Amino acid sequence: MRLTRRNALTTVAAAAALPLIRPAYAQSSASKSPTIKIGVLNDQSGPYTNTGGLTSVACTRQALEDFGVSTKGMNVEVISADHQNKPDLAVSIARQWFDRDNVDMLLDVPTSSVALALQSVVREKNKVYLNASAASSALTGEQCSPNFISWNYDTYMLAKSTGGAMVKAGGDTWYFLTADYAFGKQLQADTSALIVKSGGKVLGAAQYPFPGTTDFSSFLVQAQSSGAKVLGLANAGADTVNAIKQSAEFGLNKSMKIAALLMFINDVHALGLETAQGLNLTESFYWDMNDRTRAFTKRVLPKTPNNYPNMDHAGCYSATLHYLKTVVDMGVVEAKKDGVATVNRMKAMPVEDDCFGKSKIREDGRNLVASYLFEVKKPSESKGPWDYYKQVAMTPGDQAFRPLAEGHCSFIKA
Amino acid sequence: MFGFSRTQSIAFVVMVALIVICPYVLYPVFLMRVLCAALFACSFNLMIGYVGLLSFGQAAFFGMGSYVAAWTIKAWHVDASIAIIFGGLTGAVLGLVLGYLAIRRSGIYFAMITLALAQMVYFFCLEAPFTGGEDGIQQVPRGHMFGIIDLNNDMAMYWVTAAVFIGGFLLVHRIIHSPFGQVLKGIRENEPRATSLGYRTDDYKLIAFVLSCTLAGVAGGTKALVFGIATLTDVHYSTSGEVVLTTLLGGLGTVFGPAMGAVVVTSMENYLAQFGAWVTVTQGAIFCVCVLAFRRGIIGELGALFKISL
Repeated sequence: MRLTRRNALTTVAAAAALPLIRPAYAQSSASKSPTIKIGVLNDQSGPYTNTGGLTSVACTRQALEDFGVSTKGMNVEVISADHQNKPDLAVSIARQWFDRDNVDMLLDVPTSSVALALQSVVREKNKVYLNASAASSALTGEQCSPNFISWNYDTYMLAKSTGGAMVKAGGDTWYFLTADYAFGKQLQADTSALIVKSGGKVLGAAQYPFPGTTDFSSFLVQAQSSGAKVLGLANAGADTVNAIKQSAEFGLNKSMKIAALLMFINDVHALGLETAQGLNLTESFYWDMNDRTRAFTKRVLPKTPNNYPNMDHAGCYSATLHYLKTVVDMGVVEAKKDGVATVNRMKAMPVEDDCFGKSKIREDGRNLVASYLFEVKKPSESKGPWDYYKQVAMTPGDQAFRPLAEGHCSFIKA
Repeated sequence: MFGFSRTQSIAFVVMVALIVICPYVLYPVFLMRVLCAALFACSFNLMIGYVGLLSFGQAAFFGMGSYVAAWTIKAWHVDASIAIIFGGLTGAVLGLVLGYLAIRRSGIYFAMITLALAQMVYFFCLEAPFTGGEDGIQQVPRGHMFGIIDLNNDMAMYWVTAAVFIGGFLLVHRIIHSPFGQVLKGIRENEPRATSLGYRTDDYKLIAFVLSCTLAGVAGGTKALVFGIATLTDVHYSTSGEVVLTTLLGGLGTVFGPAMGAVVVTSMENYLAQFGAWVTVTQGAIFCVCVLAFRRGIIGELGALFKISL
């Protein structure tokens, strides 16, 4: 086909007409008796595609199936969208979901700036907001909301598990490689405080300019010469991956332990065991932890885009399951009416599922799951696909998170 | 009025009618996003379409406008109108400083200087304490306009946004059809000749640059009010890239082009969001098709088809 103007215009017009068809479908199915609508809003095209993305949607749908919504005569619908890590786009989509599509519960939402931006929208519309992948502990602290639950981790818990538990396991002298911006500095400060509290020592830190640093060699040499036992990576995403790759090239992973403060099993998969071996990291879920997690993984795996679930995915599953239980407990109509009441009921009910076992949701919206410090296996130790972690330490849920009083959540005092 | 030709007047009436009707059919928050993007693109068009200056740093003015508006309304509890004016002033002052440096070169050098300066602004926003780093300024109250209009109502906010957009649009139109605008076009066509006629081209370019940045700041400030947030996305270089795409797609150097481009690009972002990873692919494909098949952009091609100037 020759690319003529007319052809091009027809194609564009046809493509532009496509999205118009879908809302019509959605409206026709919404006309039935009360439907519970779950909106999964996450990154499906950017840096968090593998740690969230379509696997999160698959896990949410798995929760519907395991709960047996069809046998219970409920109407539950899952819709999803890509927020492209743009807070304004996310706010616009979420508002539209609440106002036009009658979405009752907002789920997942990685990227702290986006997650924080949605806090006020959900509160204004009095809906339910369950976050399973934003790291910021401000979500249950200074910027907390009675409509909100943070499900599976936050920065404090990562610092506590990786910092505190590693000191107990023998890694008592630390050197940090820190991204020089608020997130990196905060992660370093939080972790340092917990290291000192557990009896360890911080020997120094190299702060590198963010963003844009790709060559970490001089910082890694400084770290090596410090004589510390542990190198803490207070950064995220591509920086963490680059730093790990380069420290493997320098042989740093032989002479000291490397602790990544924010990393998922999917990142380990991308790096490969050869490079990632010996790395320490914290997650609250590992697919091969026990029979129940293995059973869950086996069920959901055929539906994911060739991706094993991490703690964020498991969080989407667990949060949806608990939400559905609560909805049944208080009645669909009641649950649709009042987001705060639904969240309060969720906090009152004990949480239990295949992924995280038993846990409890605190008043400030913090789900107290246990956290696990893992070490990445050597290639020789790994027996099958995605057999990556061995457990080093476990911190029970009631100790893993920031104490309630230190969060300064506004509605707790009131 | 305002130097509209007959066809342009008709097109303008159609546009205003659409702005009035649309919120009853489509979702107002989405439309506000379109209007902010449209004003931003109009400001960019003033520079590239009429002076021929391709700036890759427009996001700096948009983003800083958004930060300052958000901060003034959150910290000083000023009126919404004052916050938007502060946004515009920020764009103007920043534009004056950066423009003074940048307009000394043209072409690719100008583009690179603006990109570099915008990256410095981005870095400043990342580190400065008042911007909240990568969390941004959150939970900005919309407050009141002129002390009486409650902006927490989406429709009230929409009319304010629409008024700001139409105001900005008319201003751009007035600028390019004034004697000053004629000189700008002269500079675009042949700068040495404009110099030889006795015009101080650098001054003209600087004024156009500052006007463009002011409007970008106003657009950013309005956006901060609409969404109640100001974040790093607005100062990121990808926003500068997006406004280039918007303007090219709509029609470079046409009055209505940027608005049209904003409608198309924002709709794509919004309505394709449910298809996940396909958003960026589609955007790229449409950009390629546009550059290959209709280089004058949607409005430019329409104008050429009917032999009118839009």
